[in-house]
Amino acid sequence: MDEIKSQSAEELKRQAEATSAKALEILIEEEAEGVVAEFDNPHALLEAAAKIHEAGYKRFEVYSPFPIHGMDDAMGLKQSPLGFIVFAAGSIGCLGALLLQWWTSAVDYPIVYSGKPYFALPAFIPITFELTVILSGFTAMVGMFALNRMPRFFHPMFYSENFCKKASNDGFFAAIFVWDEKFNVREVKEFFKNIGGKNIEVIHRPLETN
Amino acid sequence: MRWDNPTKSSTSNPIVSMETVTLKQETHNRHHHVYVPEPELIDGKPTFNTITEIICGVPEGKMPRLWWILFGISFALMVMYLSVIAYLIWKGIGIWGNNNTVGWAWDITNFVWWIGIGHAGTLISAVLFLFRQKWRTSINRFSEAMTIFAVICAGMFPLIHMGRIWHAYWFLPLPNSMQMWVNFRSPLMWDVFAISTYLSVSIMFWYVGLIPDLATMRDRAKPGIRKTLLGLFSLGWRGGNRQWRHYERAYTILAGLSTPLVLSVHTIVSFDFATSIIPGWHTTIFPPYFVAGAIFSGFAMVMTLVVIAYWIFPQIKQIINERHIDNMNKIIMVTGMMVGYAYGCEFFIAWYSGNPYETSIFIKRATGPYWWAYWSMITCNVIVPQIFWIKSMRTNLTVSFIVSILVNIGMWFERFVITVTSLSQDFLPSSWKYFNPTIYDVACFVGSIGLFMTLFLLFLRYMPMVAMSEVKGVLPHANPHHPDYIHRGQHSHPVQEQEKVAELVTKNGGH
Repeated sequence: MDEIKSQSAEELKRQAEATSAKALEILIEEEAEGVVAEFDNPHALLEAAAKIHEAGYKRFEVYSPFPIHGMDDAMGLKQSPLGFIVFAAGSIGCLGALLLQWWTSAVDYPIVYSGKPYFALPAFIPITFELTVILSGFTAMVGMFALNRMPRFFHPMFYSENFCKKASNDGFFAAIFVWDEKFNVREVKEFFKNIGGKNIEVIHRPLETN
Repeated sequence: MRWDNPTKSSTSNPIVSMETVTLKQETHNRHHHVYVPEPELIDGKPTFNTITEIICGVPEGKMPRLWWILFGISFALMVMYLSVIAYLIWKGIGIWGNNNTVGWAWDITNFVWWIGIGHAGTLISAVLFLFRQKWRTSINRFSEAMTIFAVICAGMFPLIHMGRIWHAYWFLPLPNSMQMWVNFRSPLMWDVFAISTYLSVSIMFWYVGLIPDLATMRDRAKPGIRKTLLGLFSLGWRGGNRQWRHYERAYTILAGLSTPLVLSVHTIVSFDFATSIIPGWHTTIFPPYFVAGAIFSGFAMVMTLVVIAYWIFPQIKQIINERHIDNMNKIIMVTGMMVGYAYGCEFFIAWYSGNPYETSIFIKRATGPYWWAYWSMITCNVIVPQIFWIKSMRTNLTVSFIVSILVNIGMWFERFVITVTSLSQDFLPSSWKYFNPTIYDVACFVGSIGLFMTLFLLFLRYMPMVAMSEVKGVLPHANPHHPDYIHRGQHSHPVQEQEKVAELVTKNGGH
């Protein structure tokens, strides 16, 4: 009788544990912000990116400690539009500089210096050039920040401890996020497993543990 | 000091060379072409993690005693510098040796000298980037930092030379109650725009390059003020490819902008002289001549700093190695000869022009009251770098250090000769005057070196001194098409591969 009792108690305990593990898994799946997987090297990551792209996921990202050659094509990304933005800013700098120098030297305060005409184009070239460069340079930096949504101090990826430890050092990661239309935690986990991902992890905000 | 790199021996490790051999054969058999690995940029076949450990190890660790000694000296000099500047602003620039004839002397000499030093940093970070010189990655962070500090030191001199520094903002085209505008047709005005653009773009370029490395340091830091600050300045960088895509484009654009910028800056500095009618200044050779001299002196200063960094942190020898020193010394020699050519050309044109003032000023430079400055310049800039024809001298640290110091001295004399000799003996012999520096001239010059070194040592103390993400990016295994990944099993890690080969070698009875 005692034996049976203890057996069933153990059974019950096991069942309870299984249920709570299951519950935790469901909870994590509900809280999921994405799934992240680690890959061994740049080559593996490049292939993984191509496969994720082929599988039709849109809101995914691959992480590496340095830019990997050919990754844009593998992910199906277009060229960065930054060049056009900078060109526009540079043109504004160039025209603005000429306008400033012309207006101050020839219109508002015309004085003859060293026998030069009021609007002395050759003498205005250096400053025109410098203002073109500074406006372009500033736009290149700020435009890059804007396109990259920086600064952004919090991001679901930072929930993964493994990611924080390795991504900026020597880790190669791929992640598919919950805001992708095709996203399904179990499917994505399975998918990562099939394409050779390791340390597959559902990223989620830390759960209350009590 | 001999070149003794502890990791050097591992490149000739039989295991590694065995790997290369088998690799070659395998590739050859399969595809009928031989894989020829590029020459090593970094010694000792490091993994990505090795790079992080070496570079982050410096600011994360304790500073060696030598750092503290150098920092103490530099800091003392900087304090002296700031006190002298305070006194100068209080008293006026009459405390310098400048006189009615020689209105520009050590101040402008120092200004041009510092600006020139800064130029090598931009050359390494921007021009060598556009030319795909991968070896630059080991030294570019370093030299970009040097650029910024050198431009700060340079900018101080025109400011204090103005005398009434509180009117410095008059240089800006601001609407004012006097209803006046600045003179945009003056080279001094061009200088204001050139120097401030140069400083701003250099800082932006440097900062953009720093972001991924700051993120690496952020991820390694323990929670606390340091992690918070690193987190703040790394702007939440995650290293995703969508970020790298824009980042790389921004980096290329900044490099493309900096390249003509660096040429324009020293060109404009030379315009300060060349657009005047003083004999010895009014020449068209000045812009290219100044730019070559700037690169020459800048590379010498990078060399000085690299050797000092070696003394303080011997571990970086793995990342900045013999090849980098060799390359830098080659550039020093080439630009030294360009400068030598310019000296010769100036003399020739002075004679060929038939202009008596021009001829006279050049003869006086070589044989007049400043002959000692002229011949110091020729010795240090033209003769001394010729030692680098010999390969063993190019790779010798002691020789490199001594030559770099002499080149720095020589380039200072070049600017001194140009500025002072022409002014002290111009058209009217009755106003000829010899220039004698005062103690305050010396204090300002030496003090500015203190400021420079203080900033540089603080940079070594708090920042990653080598661009980690860039160095990782040029390691052979960063290439996703590296034969190791393609021919030796699909998803293999380079380190595991090396271990496998090692096992194989031992199994087959060693090498």
